[in-house]
Amino acid sequence: MALYGLTIHELQAMLAGRHVSAVELTRAVLDRIAAVEDRVRAYITLDPEGALQQAAAADKKLGAGSGGPLCGIPFSIKDVLCTDGLRTTCGSRILENFVPPYDATAIVKLKQAGAVLLGKVSMDEFAMGSTSENCAFGPPHNPWNTAYICGGSSGGSAASVAADECIASLGTDTGGSIRQPASHCGVVGLKPTYGRVSRYGLVAFASSLDQAGPLTKDVTDCALVMNAISGHDPRDSTSVEREVPDFCRSLQDGLGGMKVGIPKEYFIEGLDPEVEKAVMGGIRHLREAGAEIVEVSLPHTDYCVAVYYLVAPAEASSNLARYDGVRYGLRDTSADTLLDMYRDSRSAGFGPEVKRRILIGTYALSSGYYDAYYKKASQVRTLITEDFKRAFAACDLLASPVTPTPAWKLAAKVDDPLSVYLSDILTISANLTGIPAISVPCGFSGAGLPIGLQLQAAHFNEEKLFRAAYNLEQRLDISRLRPANL
Amino acid sequence: MKITPAEISHVAGLARLSMTREEGEAMARHLEEILSYVAKLNELDTAGVAPTTHAISIVNAFREDEVRASLPREKTLANAPRQNGESFVVPRVI
Repeated sequence: MALYGLTIHELQAMLAGRHVSAVELTRAVLDRIAAVEDRVRAYITLDPEGALQQAAAADKKLGAGSGGPLCGIPFSIKDVLCTDGLRTTCGSRILENFVPPYDATAIVKLKQAGAVLLGKVSMDEFAMGSTSENCAFGPPHNPWNTAYICGGSSGGSAASVAADECIASLGTDTGGSIRQPASHCGVVGLKPTYGRVSRYGLVAFASSLDQAGPLTKDVTDCALVMNAISGHDPRDSTSVEREVPDFCRSLQDGLGGMKVGIPKEYFIEGLDPEVEKAVMGGIRHLREAGAEIVEVSLPHTDYCVAVYYLVAPAEASSNLARYDGVRYGLRDTSADTLLDMYRDSRSAGFGPEVKRRILIGTYALSSGYYDAYYKKASQVRTLITEDFKRAFAACDLLASPVTPTPAWKLAAKVDDPLSVYLSDILTISANLTGIPAISVPCGFSGAGLPIGLQLQAAHFNEEKLFRAAYNLEQRLDISRLRPANL
Repeated sequence: MKITPAEISHVAGLARLSMTREEGEAMARHLEEILSYVAKLNELDTAGVAPTTHAISIVNAFREDEVRASLPREKTLANAPRQNGESFVVPRVI
């Protein structure tokens, strides 16, 4: 197999044994990008020179035997994580020329582990969307069929991993934005427990929901990246002081004694039969691997989307107030007054979906409506959390689809925001409740598009997710399949 | 739930956004649709339910108030649309 098609754990040994250099590997991935990027369009900013310099530095460390666990591994980074000196646009015109003066903590940790940053990848503007079509610089295309969406908002991350335009990627997940594109692109994606990975330097969308995490070619790689980026950060007051286990340690343990719950409300009307079939096949494998399958109920599932589309826009409307043309970002220089400058800069810089969410959020928080919308939603959020507490008293993991359907065609739903919002129903609760959740490939639709299986666990139980996902991956043996026609 | 153009323009004003008439009309339609949908939350009785603001139980994260290294001024100002080497420059306010 070509170098660009390999995983982190395969390359680690080759790099450490000096069978391949980090520069050779980085060149191989850059060549791959040059060959397929006109069809995939995953990257907003590619930094070949910087990547080769980092690779040369990695080679020195590898030669001295002092390289970190990700030393020499080329990564793509969702364009919402600040990278010192490397443009970070958030997929928005308003930040088109923003060059961060510092690294996000997750980036600092990746660099400390020796990773090589190739560039920044595409996303829905400010991570608001489920298709990556809300990117101001054009959408990425699904590597399995470039007429289709690759999901979102971390669409560029998922596409770049699936197309072998990187070895691994970092994305972020506010309502499914890692897991849903991972599912649509046939890669592994983990949303860690809220507080597990620092949000410092992650451009804020909805601060009580945002969490960064890996998108990778297989489960082992996902665990390896989590080992590198997890941990308490004094710069993020919501990051949690809790010991980080070696997430690779228990991958190969069987599933004996593990109870996997099937939330009956997740097998809903409108669930695509091909998705249901693939997911049920995956659940059968979990049973054969030793897990006990039990039915559980999450009675407030039907209210998740409504809660999310009040809470997330409310937080966003507050977070995005900072884009006012004063300290960074686009400014309308023709305005004579401060107020006009704010208004004209924001109106020119934000795209329609971002404006829509700012309006929803501002409306929900405005005088006279706060109790009816934001407070009500926050109360129902508590009821949803209680559903999950009850479920996890009866089982270790929840297994379900990630999305109700496989990927749809580009532009098919651009005029129907509510129907796109509704497709987030199976991923949103993990953000509302702060629990970790993973998407792992479990099959393909008749049209050849990937389908993922979602596993969710109680707070800080990522190890259980990895264990079950690894067992599933070994039995299905499809994670390493790659788009044939790319 | 009917959202009028006047309401859209009021909320847009609060959010420091301006909109063309077409934009405002489309926004009114979408907002109406979304607000009608989220009204389903009223099916639930939430009397006495504490609202969730944090998904995990964390207490205030206090630290000592120590002086630490910060970004140099020129780096902080580097992204400013207008600056004079010391400050961000904006249109006159007084």
